Amino acid sequence: MDILRLATAGSVDDGKSTLIGRLLYDSKSIFEDQIEAVERTSRDRGEEHTNLALLTDGLRAEREQGITIDVAYRYFATPKRRFIIADTPGHVQYTRNMVTGASTADLAVILIDARKGLLEQSRRHAFLATLLRVPHLVVAVNKMDLVDYDQRVFEEIKAEFTAFAAKLAVTDLTFIPMSALHGDNVVDRSPAMGWFDGPSLLHHLENVHIASDRNLIDARFPVQYVVRPHAATDPGRHDYRGYAGQVAGGVLRSGETVTHLPSGLTTRITRIDTADGPVAEACPPMSVTLLLDGDIDISRGDMICRPHNRPQVTQDIDAMICWMSDDRALTRGGRLLVKHTTRTARAVVEDLHYRLDVTTLHRDEDAARLGLNEIGRVSLRVTQPLFTDDYARNRATGGFILIDEATNATLGAGMIVQAR
Amino acid sequence: MSVDTAGPSLLEAEAVHIIREIAAERERPVLLFSGGKDSVVLLRLAWKAFWPAPIPFPVMHVDTGHNFPEVMEFRDRCVAKLGVRLIVASVQDSIDAGRVVEETGRRASRNRLQTTTLLDAIERHGFDAAFGGARRDEEKARAKERIVSFRDDFGQWDPKNQRPELWSLFNTRIRRGEHVRVFPLSNWTELDIWDYIRAEGLELPSIYFAHQRKVFERDGMLLTDGPYSGREDEAVFEVMVRYRTVGDMSCTGAVESSAAGLDAVIEEIAATRITERGQTRADDRTSEAAMEDRKREGYF
Repeated sequence: MDILRLATAGSVDDGKSTLIGRLLYDSKSIFEDQIEAVERTSRDRGEEHTNLALLTDGLRAEREQGITIDVAYRYFATPKRRFIIADTPGHVQYTRNMVTGASTADLAVILIDARKGLLEQSRRHAFLATLLRVPHLVVAVNKMDLVDYDQRVFEEIKAEFTAFAAKLAVTDLTFIPMSALHGDNVVDRSPAMGWFDGPSLLHHLENVHIASDRNLIDARFPVQYVVRPHAATDPGRHDYRGYAGQVAGGVLRSGETVTHLPSGLTTRITRIDTADGPVAEACPPMSVTLLLDGDIDISRGDMICRPHNRPQVTQDIDAMICWMSDDRALTRGGRLLVKHTTRTARAVVEDLHYRLDVTTLHRDEDAARLGLNEIGRVSLRVTQPLFTDDYARNRATGGFILIDEATNATLGAGMIVQAR
Repeated sequence: MSVDTAGPSLLEAEAVHIIREIAAERERPVLLFSGGKDSVVLLRLAWKAFWPAPIPFPVMHVDTGHNFPEVMEFRDRCVAKLGVRLIVASVQDSIDAGRVVEETGRRASRNRLQTTTLLDAIERHGFDAAFGGARRDEEKARAKERIVSFRDDFGQWDPKNQRPELWSLFNTRIRRGEHVRVFPLSNWTELDIWDYIRAEGLELPSIYFAHQRKVFERDGMLLTDGPYSGREDEAVFEVMVRYRTVGDMSCTGAVESSAAGLDAVIEEIAATRITERGQTRADDRTSEAAMEDRKREGYF
């Protein structure tokens, strides 16, 4: 059974917790002791209904303040598929958390309150999901019960969102009218909205095709770790030298000619090893060990690719950056560390081209800094060449994180736009 | 495509990637091994990550002195088979050295004392990364924790100030005296663990399977009668039980069961309506934030 990773965007007011609670509850992923604990706490606080948000708000401060602070991961399964939900909070630190949750998501659910229509935050959610290249978007128009299940309300929101999405790089967009509270179109098709001929949310989640979202064209293997057994007892392994890593793109086949970067030397894959025995081919996200012909000096941070399909080898990176630090801003001339695939190198901010208003998509070219939760287009000069692809083509070789060399804090995330 | 996005292989590939990343970037990792099912899976994944080379770091067991004998025997057999070095950090030693004071009363447990023993051992051996078998589906504070989770030089976790974690890029950097806790099984569920144990044919301590045991009931939990149980007037009776989690004898409860084999156990777990920690861990029942509080101090 495969796994679908989804991120949910929206605030408590949009009914996000109710929706997640219902998905978990109806798939029998909430256990009795969890429900009892939530019921008890809701009662103690004098709340009228069982507050399903308490299921996901795991930290003391969250429960005390009634807010969600951090991304929470939830797990549920149906007979068809297993799901990992990255539940991102709607209020505090929104951008940072949504970017984090969306970075690994196959699908994002954007919740819109049918009474309120497309709000600023809906545009922000849609923009962030597409910036992070989440392959599938679902716009859940919730609280349809409060607008008498009126088809026109749904169609208006759909038209407005579609017009806005035209400005973004949306690949797959699905609209579902629902009432999470009453369960309309969440698990089962709603009899109250006979006019809607699409799937329920769960049906869509179970059936959306994700296998082809992976890049199976550009063979990329960042070398992560060199396996050398030094086993004197086993002569067969005495000279064993394997290059371990996780396939980041394409398909690698045993016997195939490959190129090593940065040397540019060509060699051949003699075997693809796993602890369960050799395999004929490997594709993302398999973790394997390559054995190569000849005597090339290969170490962590290097890249194995195909002779006629190479990543950019560059020290100049152009990227969209989401800044995530409160202690320090991104400024021109700022120095930091870039961690990209298995390579970490020092870098300097050469230019901040513009700061982007994530609601209006307006570009502020006079911006001198990026602060917490701000997004902008940046040029970096890296002290070592990186082996990069456009983020739009490959998330694994197009994404990087920024680290403060003094405090070791993670400062931000970058998505490579073009390698110059 | 012959290779799919199937769950078990996806989770295995992710865990192997995490384990290798730590081995590549940190100087002195250690794997925390209790002999429980999650650490059995973790040890298996570490073995796979470096095969055919041996696991390049030692394993450590924090020994409360109140462990199930069946688990201790199993632990020693496991590490001997893999040829890894076992370090035992003993809570009794921490008590003898005056680092911690034994709890008293009928609910006394050495569970909380383990934190000091663990942190002392990490410091003494200079470990800068500790692999643990915790899963996010276990408990709601754990659902919020990063895969690579930073600990300051007091070993403390600050849940409100965690490093953002994107894609599969992990920030493993620390200063001297600090360390990271690493949870390669973060995205696994209890059922994933059992399915993997079955698929890989892994051996487990015998107490995971139904057996006759002398127990007494407290707070709806079946606790083993023995020198550490703190039993007072509760009646002792013999019943068929199995354990769903393996921890300290004083605070780990058994569940009534006749599931003697792996298939039967998995069937029972798939049908259960109660979480494993809620059913079998007295330590999590102290308060709603019991796990969060212990984690902040540096607990597993």
